Amino acid sequence: MIVAQRKKIPEIFNVIQEHKNVLVLGCGTCVTVCLAGGEREVSIISSALRIASRKAGKKIKVNEFTIERQCDNVFIEGAAEEIKKNDAVISLGCGAGVQAIAERYPDIPVYAGLNTAFLGILESRGVWTEKCMQCGECVLSDFGGICPVTRCAKHMLNGPCGGSREDRCEIRADQPCAWQLIYKRLKNINQLHKIAKEHPVKDWSKSIDGGSRTIIREDHRI
Amino acid sequence: MNDKVFEPKIITFCCHFCAYAAADLAGSMRLQYPSGVRIIRTPCTGRLEVEFYMRAFENGADGVLIAGCLEGGCHFIDGNLFAKRRVNSIRTILEESGIEKDRLRMINVSAAGGISLVEKINEMVNTIKELGPNPIRKIIDGSGGEYKEFETLNSR
Repeated sequence: MIVAQRKKIPEIFNVIQEHKNVLVLGCGTCVTVCLAGGEREVSIISSALRIASRKAGKKIKVNEFTIERQCDNVFIEGAAEEIKKNDAVISLGCGAGVQAIAERYPDIPVYAGLNTAFLGILESRGVWTEKCMQCGECVLSDFGGICPVTRCAKHMLNGPCGGSREDRCEIRADQPCAWQLIYKRLKNINQLHKIAKEHPVKDWSKSIDGGSRTIIREDHRI
Repeated sequence: MNDKVFEPKIITFCCHFCAYAAADLAGSMRLQYPSGVRIIRTPCTGRLEVEFYMRAFENGADGVLIAGCLEGGCHFIDGNLFAKRRVNSIRTILEESGIEKDRLRMINVSAAGGISLVEKINEMVNTIKELGPNPIRKIIDGSGGEYKEFETLNSR
C-alpha cells in the first residue's frame, strides 16, 4: 500500500489563508490504513485548522468529507456536491489522489495535506517500511522475494558491497543489509545457487527515470 | 475579562474505575477544587478518541485533563497506556495549531487517591491560570481582546 505522513499544520494553514470555505477531503484506502488521511485524521486536521484559523483571526470555514478512494473518478463523483460548496480542497489522499481531484475540478484549487512517502507494508503496529520502488521490471524471483533495488541503499543487483557489517547496512545501524537477508532467505529455500547469478545493468528507463509511466490494456478499453 | 477573575474551564475526563472514584472520595472527604473543572466520566481513558480533546479546545476549553488509573493498574490492562501515547501525539498537533501543549495533560491516580486527584487538579488549574484563557476565545474584531464566555462559544 501507499504510505504517507501528514504535513505540519502551519504548512497546510499557510496555503489556505486566502480562502473562505475549505474542504478537507479524506481517502478511505491506503492512507486510512497508514493512519494519515482517513476519516479520523480528517477530523483531527480539520479541528487543528479551525483552531489555527481562529487564532490567526481568520474566518475560514473548514468542512470535512471522506470518500472511499480519491484516485478513482467513480468515487470522486461521490464528493462532487461537497467539493462544489467550497473554494478549495485540501486532499488527504496520496499524490495520485490530489492530482485526480485537481484534474477532475480544473477551477478549484486542490492542495496536498500529506507527504506521500513510499510503497510499503505495516511491519508492526505504528511501523511502516518501504518494500517496493516500482522499478517497472521486477527481479524479486531471483532474490528469494527480497528486493535489492529497494532495500539495498546502493540498489545493487550483484551484491553485497563492502559496507555490510554484521548484517547491518553501512548507511544506518538500524538498517539491515538487504544482501544478508537475501543470502539467508535463499539458503532457507535451497536456492543459494541463485546468488551466484550475474545480473546485467538494470534498465532504469522502465522506472520513473524514463518519464511518468502509462499502462494501456487494449482488451479493457472502451 | 482580566486575569484576576479568570477562572479556567477545564474538561476533565475521569476513568470510571479510578479517577472518578477518587473524585467521589474527594467529595466525601469535603476536599475542594475550583468549580471550573468539569468532570466527564468515561469507561476507560483508552476509550477517549483524540478528536474529543481537539473538539474541547475548538469549542473554547482552557484546558483538558485526562485522569486515568496508575500505570499497570488499568482495569482493561493497558487502556491508560494507549491514552498516554495519544495524549503525547495530540500535544504536538495542538502546539502546531497554536494552542500551548501544557493545556492538555494526563494524570494517573488510584481509586483511593482523593487527595492526590485534588492536588493534581489544582496544579493543572494553576498552569492554566499562568497560560491565560484559550487563545481562540479571543474575539479578534478590533474590539480589543475580549473573551467570549465558554458556554456561548460556537465554533462550528
